[in-house]
Amino acid sequence: MKATPLSNCERRFLLRAVEERKRLDGRQCYDYRNVRISFGADYGCCIVELGKTRVLAQVSCELVPPKPNRPTEGILFFNLELSPMAAPGFEPGRQSELLVKLNRLIERCLRNSKCIDTESLCVVAGEKVWQIRLDLHLLNHDGNIIDAASIAGIVALCHFRRPDVSVQGEEVTVYTPEERDPVPLSIHHMPICVSFAFFQQGTYLLVDPSEREERVMDGLLVIAMNKHHEICTIQSSGGIMLVKDQVLRCSKITAVKVAEITELIQKALENDQKVRKEGGKFGFAESIPNQKITTFKMESAAVDTNNVEEQAEEIITKADPPSEVFAKPILHTPGTAQIGEGIENSWGDLEESEREEAAEEEGESEAAAFECQKMETEDTSTMRETKKDEPIVLSDSEEEEVVILEPQELPKKTRTQTNLKQENTSKKAFNKRRRKKRAAH
Amino acid sequence: MAAPELLSDEGYRADGRRPAELRKVRARMGVFAQADGSAYIEQGNTKALAVVYGPHEMRGSRSKALPDRALVNCQYSMATFSTGERRRRPHGDRQAGELALQLKQTFEAAILTRLYPRSQIDIYVQILQADGGNYCACVNAATLAVMDAGIPMRDYVCASAAGLAEDTPLADLSGPEEAAGGPRLVLALLPASGQIALLQLSARLHQERLEAVLEAAGRACRALHAVLDRVVRQRLQEVTALLGD
Repeated sequence: MKATPLSNCERRFLLRAVEERKRLDGRQCYDYRNVRISFGADYGCCIVELGKTRVLAQVSCELVPPKPNRPTEGILFFNLELSPMAAPGFEPGRQSELLVKLNRLIERCLRNSKCIDTESLCVVAGEKVWQIRLDLHLLNHDGNIIDAASIAGIVALCHFRRPDVSVQGEEVTVYTPEERDPVPLSIHHMPICVSFAFFQQGTYLLVDPSEREERVMDGLLVIAMNKHHEICTIQSSGGIMLVKDQVLRCSKITAVKVAEITELIQKALENDQKVRKEGGKFGFAESIPNQKITTFKMESAAVDTNNVEEQAEEIITKADPPSEVFAKPILHTPGTAQIGEGIENSWGDLEESEREEAAEEEGESEAAAFECQKMETEDTSTMRETKKDEPIVLSDSEEEEVVILEPQELPKKTRTQTNLKQENTSKKAFNKRRRKKRAAH
Repeated sequence: MAAPELLSDEGYRADGRRPAELRKVRARMGVFAQADGSAYIEQGNTKALAVVYGPHEMRGSRSKALPDRALVNCQYSMATFSTGERRRRPHGDRQAGELALQLKQTFEAAILTRLYPRSQIDIYVQILQADGGNYCACVNAATLAVMDAGIPMRDYVCASAAGLAEDTPLADLSGPEEAAGGPRLVLALLPASGQIALLQLSARLHQERLEAVLEAAGRACRALHAVLDRVVRQRLQEVTALLGD
């Protein structure tokens, strides 16, 4: 399925918002969305939510013969899949550019940085080594897949336990989890990717772009770092022209963000460890009652109401006082209807084409109630007298003057007013005054 | 078995170069008569060939044509005899796909694509011998080929790889130096404005060393730019001499 293209007005709106340093979800330019990590019942399975972007990671292992040119090292295999459930634009089985790019980034981030000790995965040199396979599935796409995937990957690898092995001469015994506790992988460090979106040829910079921001960005810079301030990979993409200072500035921001995220990951891992040790319940099923992973929670945003009253008073004092009220009849030519504007809508009542506007100071509800009554009691075909000099006609036509043909045939309905003033003005001025009166109220 | 030292005590690298020295560059333009533009470059032992066709009408699906600019289509392949062990797949594996994407990204930024709407520019690069700096040799060869084809560009695109040996940044890594597993920064630069078209780093590098390595790669790119410029001017002289002006 083809993804719906972004409309021009939405694109313009997003770019204008970026210029004014505002983001759709209220974040600051350098803020991350909330990261939530939940673990499954098996070791090595986890779901990471970055805002609404969700990635599922699963680690599995197998004993295989090693590669011929590296007989003492284990094999690592990384795979990221974009399933159509994540976004309508993803199709199964088609290797798109995005998939290649993401897979290579994950490989470089986790394999080339040597975060996992492959020598420890060797069982019998030249014959049997562990092959560790990391599968990442994107469950929901709301921007910044690479960050969520890298967090999910490293968390799953840290969480994973492989079966214990013992070698006696030529014999290799693999113990089941019941016989001996499974052994964790030896992880040297935790590389985390941080994405930067560039707008306007590098003038504006956003961290952790959401899906909409990704569609309008000029280019992307991904920096992967661990908490020891070692950069594991940098990748610029999208055809932006960078300058050296921008890259250095981004690397400093990355250091701060990575420290925060690493702390979060370690806390999550410790919590899960504690729950399992104490014999408590764990796994995805436990997250359901807490509504952690099954629903999208509406997050409440804090609104600052400290000086609302002062602000309101300021606005009122600065605004113009309400003008005099003029009551006008409003004529609808046949074929136009009225919705809203404080009057009940006449969308279905195209036959009754005349109304009169009540003075708003007297209370619209009163008038509305009164009018309801009036409507019920009136017969559409009867004529009423107007108390005004000149009716105001609302119609779709763009002529300056509307000539009503055969006015005697139009049924007129009036609302008796308590405060009537007669004035002859154009419809536009009347509407403007009505709007101003509303603002003052 | 001790890993070979990247930098000896006297400050020489394994192939006898100083840390900031580039390998010997030999380049020729106009290698093929049939293509619109072609170039061949040798950087040390790495040999790359680039061929450019275009701008021409969209081949394949017309729906992919961009209404306001040209589409740059790149293909990267390594000859089966280019590495020590015979390669099975010249192109189509993930690494070749990624390098082709990066080439595309680099040249879309450098070529003035807005001058040729709804058309296509094809860039094919082939590595004949791989000895470190494959992507960089491809970019340099493709720059010369695009110039040979007469397609307007913002500036030369010069690419170079840089690494780190303890505290000294090394420019233009050779094959054994890349395989040693240290950090490797690939930089594609437009020398006049100093803008970076592509930046890629693999393996761990401490944040404080980033600036030094970036600086070394930038200097290598500028040195390469001087060499390529000389090649282009020489070619221009040849061509005008042939035309009898």
